[in-house]
Amino acid sequence: MNTKSIRSYFEKSTNAAPLAVFRIFFGLLMLISMIRFTANGWIEKLYIEPLLSFSYYGFEWVQPMGAYTYMIFLICAVSAIFVSLGYKYRIAIILFFLSFTYIELMDKTTYLNHYYFISILSFLMIFLPAHAYYSIDAFKNENLRSERVPAWTIDSIKFLLCIVYFYAGLAKLNSDWLFRAMPLQIWLPSKYSLPILGDLFQQQWTHFAFSWAGALYDLSIPFLLLIKRTRVLAFLLVVVFHLLTRVLFPIGMFPFIMIVSALIFFDADLHNKILGYISRILRISKETFDNATTYTFPKSWVKKASLSVISLFFAIQLLFPFRYMLYPGELFWTEEGYRFSWRVMLMEKTGYANFKVVNPENGLRFYIDNTQFLTPLQEKQMSTQPDFILEYARYLENHYKENGISNPEIYVESYVALNGRGSQLYVNPDVNLTTVDYSMNRQTWLMPFDDEIKGL
Amino acid sequence: MKKTIFLFLSTLIFLSCTDNGPSGPDVDDFDREAILVNWADNIIIPSFQNFAAETEALKLASEIFSADPTLQNLTDLRSQWLDSYKAWQHVSMFEMGTVMNFRDYLNTYPTNANESSFNSDESKTIQNNIETGDYNLILPSSRNTQGFPALDYLLYGLADNDAELLSFYTTNDHADAYRAYVTDLTTRIDTLTDTVLDNWINGYRDEFVSNTGSGANSSFNMMVNDFIFYYEKHLRAGKIGIPAGATNISSGNPSPIHVEAYYSRNFSKILFMESLDSVQNFFNGSNFKSQQSGESLDDYLDYLKTMKEGTDLSTVINNQFEISREKAAVLNDNFVAQVDNDPFLMLATYDELQRNVVYLKVDMLQALNITPDYFDSDGD
Repeated sequence: MNTKSIRSYFEKSTNAAPLAVFRIFFGLLMLISMIRFTANGWIEKLYIEPLLSFSYYGFEWVQPMGAYTYMIFLICAVSAIFVSLGYKYRIAIILFFLSFTYIELMDKTTYLNHYYFISILSFLMIFLPAHAYYSIDAFKNENLRSERVPAWTIDSIKFLLCIVYFYAGLAKLNSDWLFRAMPLQIWLPSKYSLPILGDLFQQQWTHFAFSWAGALYDLSIPFLLLIKRTRVLAFLLVVVFHLLTRVLFPIGMFPFIMIVSALIFFDADLHNKILGYISRILRISKETFDNATTYTFPKSWVKKASLSVISLFFAIQLLFPFRYMLYPGELFWTEEGYRFSWRVMLMEKTGYANFKVVNPENGLRFYIDNTQFLTPLQEKQMSTQPDFILEYARYLENHYKENGISNPEIYVESYVALNGRGSQLYVNPDVNLTTVDYSMNRQTWLMPFDDEIKGL
Repeated sequence: MKKTIFLFLSTLIFLSCTDNGPSGPDVDDFDREAILVNWADNIIIPSFQNFAAETEALKLASEIFSADPTLQNLTDLRSQWLDSYKAWQHVSMFEMGTVMNFRDYLNTYPTNANESSFNSDESKTIQNNIETGDYNLILPSSRNTQGFPALDYLLYGLADNDAELLSFYTTNDHADAYRAYVTDLTTRIDTLTDTVLDNWINGYRDEFVSNTGSGANSSFNMMVNDFIFYYEKHLRAGKIGIPAGATNISSGNPSPIHVEAYYSRNFSKILFMESLDSVQNFFNGSNFKSQQSGESLDDYLDYLKTMKEGTDLSTVINNQFEISREKAAVLNDNFVAQVDNDPFLMLATYDELQRNVVYLKVDMLQALNITPDYFDSDGD
């Protein structure tokens, strides 16, 4: 591709309906997610009740704010409504991105790839003219109203979805997933009570079939969605795959978000039909928006800036998941570079961490009851992830400094079982964790992994 | 293009049709309902029936003693108290059903004996209850003035010798109140036990057995979580760890007052051993007071073919129970004396009990795919 064709690609425009439909459904689904989260009592349970929160490196300043935490969720929900309506869109999507990301940064205990996906998707949407068509903004502002938008704006959402699927597929190309059918071999048999599938899940060939089919699905679905002739089939696969995962695993709203997102791969005809349907119900004149104009950025520097930010964004998205290669040791064991790289449902890690506090002044030592400080979910996450263990050890150190031990030493006897292997010592039990720094090579204080997992 | 679709579809079909032959678990689905039935009909209900008979006899013995507080009747009551306490160790882990916090009412220790005892900052003590007559054993705040530990104090801890102890029930200013308090305690134990047993037999048993799903609220998951919780908190920590000074409750100092059956001194090890037996029996599905063994966690682990260092996980766990029992065998029958003289020997037992926490909580839970404790958040 030469510069000329690149330039002409960025000049190309397309019907704006897919982007508008995406905006409407994105906002709606986010609103439903927020209501569901609140109705389940999770704000209280996950952010207000815990005594401590586990922070991301560099984001220690992002903390739950007591009762005001509800305000952040309210801002997030209201901005989702505004995004859906396309009213004050830019401000709404910026507020949504900020509030949603703030919520995610408050406690990494609740980290899910899905939430990360929503964060970066809403970041991307800040730079897209999703409000140029079929929105209140466009209804009010004739200068904004455009039937067509630059093609790259819609393509960037497609590209992000392709990255998510394809990278999730790449991550499955490892010996545990392909040749030991792990962790599906652990997860599927416990779903014995499902009709028909329950019995199939007791058989090993099913575990292998699901593992291989899953990897193949993730790797191929971006292309099947992009190619026009396979698109309908691909969409059916998307629906089946995500509904199946919804039945098998507690993954909340995510399947619906992915199914609706996949609609963006279809031609504008479909989206115009959807909008026509909405228009009939709500008695909106869709024709008002069909003005045959193409969206242009208000100033040329805005366009340049947007494109630069998006290019940089995608460069990071493409490279960041591979950062694990910079760290020594088995990724599944040390988890250095595990998050933010589309490693979805890739391993079953169970752990147990028994913390020991030693008072060097009198030699007395005692064990900690983790339930005294952590919620069940926090304890579960903490016991298998080194950064959590270290942060908790720091917390205990400070807690006992305030409670009469001037220089406590903190040790942990921890065991982790990974993908069906027997439990193995995890953290070196002889290392005083108060002397360990975040920047230190994790292999210096973790025990070596007894096995080898080959692959990406 | 059509080729691509064909290739993709045929791969999917191929994958979903390949039978790898005899490897992997048996084709027959493991029957989890059989485990629930075995637990309910052969372990839980018989253990409660046995316990209910013991608490009935305990109530009777206390009434005889209250009517006629002689040394002989005291001895009989003490002996029946010990039998009931031993039977209790076989039901303590079953907290399911409609009666909540059953365990807290029957066995919260240290008990709050008098103003000089461990929890002396609390206004309600046994002595205070008796002398004022102002108490309501149904209130949660009264948990540490009732149950087996309170009887332990009243039958052994009031005085250094039997003659002096009997005087509390005969010549003391509040002798009537002392006698009444003892029968109130045994009646409370008996009534609570009957309620729980009645609940199991009339309704809850069927609900328990039919709740066969695999979700967090299924009987199987809840029971396994309760089982591990009991093992970790009440057996390992409660009976051994806390008195030996392994926990932050006493900042690492040995704490004899936390010994179970503290006042009677000589029964703490017997009670611990009973509890260890009941835990292992439950794991193996051994029927209550019988040589029969039914489906339980050991069989399920064998079915899932979970291998651990070359041996079956069920064998590893059973071996670890044996090692713990051997370690505990050398302990003094009187854990108070053991903690005072050599807490490190007690800590050695704790370490062995601890090993099985890892096998149960990490290896077994992973094999069974049960999340420790139930929390219904989303996953990836």
